[in-house]
Amino acid sequence: MSTNSGHHYGYYPGCSITKNAAAYGVSTDAIARILGLHLHEISDWNCCGASEYFSINQLPAYALVARNLALAAGEGATEVVAPCSLCYVNLYKTDKNMRLHPDLKAKVNRALDAGNLHYEPDTLKVRHLLDIVVNDVGYDGVAAKVTKPLYNLRVAPYYGCLIVRPDTGFDNVEYPTTMDKLMETLGATVVDYPLKAECCGGHMTQISDTVALELIRRLLHNAAEYQADVIVTVCPMCQLNLDAYQADVNKRFGTNYHIPILYFTQVMGLAFGMTPKDVAIGKELVSADRALTKITAEPPEKPKTRKRDKKALPMPDMIE
Amino acid sequence: MKTSNGGNSFLDQVIKATPGGEKLVLCLQCGTCGGSCPSGPDMDYSPRMIFAMTSAGMKDQVLSSNTPWFCVSCYYCTVRCPQEIPITDIMYTLKQLAIQEGRYEQRKASDFSEHFIGYVENYGRSFELGLATRYFLFHNPLKLVNMGMGMGMSMILRGRMGFIPERIKNMDQLQNILDKAKQIAKEGAA
Ligand code: SF4
Ligand code: SF4
Repeated sequence: MSTNSGHHYGYYPGCSITKNAAAYGVSTDAIARILGLHLHEISDWNCCGASEYFSINQLPAYALVARNLALAAGEGATEVVAPCSLCYVNLYKTDKNMRLHPDLKAKVNRALDAGNLHYEPDTLKVRHLLDIVVNDVGYDGVAAKVTKPLYNLRVAPYYGCLIVRPDTGFDNVEYPTTMDKLMETLGATVVDYPLKAECCGGHMTQISDTVALELIRRLLHNAAEYQADVIVTVCPMCQLNLDAYQADVNKRFGTNYHIPILYFTQVMGLAFGMTPKDVAIGKELVSADRALTKITAEPPEKPKTRKRDKKALPMPDMIE
Repeated sequence: MKTSNGGNSFLDQVIKATPGGEKLVLCLQCGTCGGSCPSGPDMDYSPRMIFAMTSAGMKDQVLSSNTPWFCVSCYYCTVRCPQEIPITDIMYTLKQLAIQEGRYEQRKASDFSEHFIGYVENYGRSFELGLATRYFLFHNPLKLVNMGMGMGMSMILRGRMGFIPERIKNMDQLQNILDKAKQIAKEGAA
């Protein structure tokens, strides 16, 4: 049976996927095929405005996003799926704010009307691709497809901001764990590091290198402290900042980080038995080749749990 | 919600332009937002101070500060604010007002946003947010290849950098929607 039962996923790839994040698109298609997920690309979708349009003029920014929602709803979608966290939050916020603020809803629909479109908030659920994978396919569904577990690869799941904030109810806003569990399901050794939901710098690379490089440095430093072989992301912006500016961080701070940044869909593909080429590994600037040689055929040895010493002091009883 | 603020028109302006903005009058000045802010140390005023200044009607100082432009939209403040003030959205409003009123001194940041949406309005799609090619051409033509910071050639060689976005098919429809939205926004501001 298809994983889609009851769902019609309108797929909103987002602009990055057409170029910079092509590896994300390729690997998403690849795992969707294996998982039996049918993602229907919304025809003639437009840019979500990223973090920029809302800075200039909010009403056209909402209308820009709402055109996509209206198109998806018109195609019979029950939910819209975005792989990019920034697209996701813009789509989510537009639906939510139209629902909560009737005045905004009326204005946006007046604008949409100029293009013969209309969107009734709440018609669609806006969801991130990771949400679909962990909740609709589910960890068991993923586990069933794993043929080449990623044993001994130390993976640092990096959530960044917008997949968990503002509160979309999908995971904890401060300490998300869904991707940790997903990576565990793939057989990887999960690196639990404190900064996993901190900011990648967003558009600050274009505005202030001082601010951006420091934010990127902190993340790389923290992942390196916890001996991550690879950082896994859920957003083209996060991937770009950590990957393409890693050399600048090294130059600016005299560091020597070499941590490849992959999309979660790429490592899923590997665990499903695909070749690195199948999932577009090689597009990253900080090469993942060396890290991937750490994967072993045998699972890591479980740390031995010591038996309690009979003579040790008693443990306190837990009161229910 | 009642917004009695002693005839502070700047505060009213900010509230009116932000969905859910009326909560701003409930700010406790607890500082949770500033303490959570990754850009905090580089801002002229912390988010908490910006709200105190907004409540005090200090329009010029607020709109000419770098604070809203240095906001990376991480939403930490928004999820942590005990008063559920939509802080990140208020930062967007402040940017918008700064541009409208010509008060901003953060030319670089607002130029970037304006160039970015220029693409969206002409193509319906954008170039890469973090690889602002037209922006770099505009500001810094000679630096295009090494991009000031990093990557440049490597991105081009790996086929990750586009110079012109694809154009959507129904551009007319999108343009009509955006024109109408701008017209409605103008009516509202008047
Ligand atoms: S966290 Fe909220 S209540 Fe506290 S200072 Fe910031 S805006 Fe005001
Ligand atoms: S959303 Fe903006 S103001 Fe709020 S904590 Fe993040 S960077 Fe600071």
